[in-house]
Amino acid sequence: MPARSSKTLTASAAAALVARGTTVMVGGFGLVGKPLTLVDALLGNDDAHELTVISNNLGEPGRGLGALLCEGRIRKAVGSFFTSNPDAVAAHAAGELEVELLPQGTLAEAIRAGGAGIGAFYVRTAVGTRLADGRELREIDGVPHLLQHALRADVALVRAARADALGNLVYDKTARNFNPDMASAARTVIAEVDEIVEVGALAPGEVVTPHLFVDHLVLAGVAA
Amino acid sequence: MSVAETIARRVAPQLADGEVANLGIGIPTLVADHLPPGRAVVLQTENGMLGVGPTPTGAAVDPNLVNAGKLPVSELAGASYFSSSASFAMIRGGHVDVAVLGALQVDERGRIANWSVPGRPILGVGGAMDLLVGARRVIVATTHLTKAGEPKLVRACSFPLSAERRVDLVVTEHATFAVDDVDGLTLIELADGTSFEWLCEHTAADFAVARALRRAGA
Repeated sequence: MPARSSKTLTASAAAALVARGTTVMVGGFGLVGKPLTLVDALLGNDDAHELTVISNNLGEPGRGLGALLCEGRIRKAVGSFFTSNPDAVAAHAAGELEVELLPQGTLAEAIRAGGAGIGAFYVRTAVGTRLADGRELREIDGVPHLLQHALRADVALVRAARADALGNLVYDKTARNFNPDMASAARTVIAEVDEIVEVGALAPGEVVTPHLFVDHLVLAGVAA
Repeated sequence: MSVAETIARRVAPQLADGEVANLGIGIPTLVADHLPPGRAVVLQTENGMLGVGPTPTGAAVDPNLVNAGKLPVSELAGASYFSSSASFAMIRGGHVDVAVLGALQVDERGRIANWSVPGRPILGVGGAMDLLVGARRVIVATTHLTKAGEPKLVRACSFPLSAERRVDLVVTEHATFAVDDVDGLTLIELADGTSFEWLCEHTAADFAVARALRRAGA
């Protein structure tokens, strides 16, 4: 028996929380752990344009974030691996998509830091590479490090397996990936889940994202 | 056996029992299939799993259970899942014993280029740079030549470097090179069927030759 939760929204009502020109974090590694119901619902929000998207990838051609990209709604992408979507490569070549590329670990840590109230940090990754161009370099204990600012977003769209009615989240296997980090790093956090269960049905020790991080819940696969 | 499998089979014995290893996309992933019997290597994948098991078949394929190459995998007893930031804390924090990575080029100091090609936009880096700074040991598993037949082991990389840190071992289908700070590349093993002359002709980097140069079955 599905539980009722005051945090539950329809996908379209959740998508309406994404305003023009805002920054949106989208969880997932490729399409695994990607909140596809929410991403598809963004297509129905006529205000969701000129977005900055923070996500490891930009979907696949025409799927997931790839569909938003095709409609020209993404102004800038921040992530680690966009070459898996040829449309992203073409949009960048045409000057229609600004890209900020970060090593995957730096991306994940910048999001974690954003959610943890850390302004910036120093990291060894990418020192001496082209990704260090124009970045502040600082020696720490004799080892060069790069300055990396934390990342935060207006809205985070994350994917979990189950939520309880309070918004506690548990994840399924490698579909966890960036989702718990992103769930901590945005002003408004919307979690797409397969199931919402009664409070108490999740063992406290299995909760990965405690409910205080989560503002809204949306059932996966339910478009309206 | 394909060239990729030949390389994977040459790399596999380099992983020690009980080590935690991260295998990159492509040829490195195949190393798991060629581990000597009884050698338990714990595989970490940067999308958030420790204890990666073999490729599943049929109904055992789970769309939520993949490796960093987005290929289906299985979970072994003792496996765990974690977030991306925790995964890279393991990698960057020196908790992964060995990374096996592919390479576009290797310079004669053992530094690699494996993420970007000149003249093409820089749009993908993934976790390679993190593994290069954080893994305790790095092994390169690569074909000796590019698809166009050019040497991948070169004096200086014309492609952008992935890190300043040198790797520890370079394994191709033809040869194995150890790497150190003094001599750079040192040839330690020639594959059966590869002549020293062929190797010299098809290696653009200078390299030393170990006194105890081994011959190995390809």
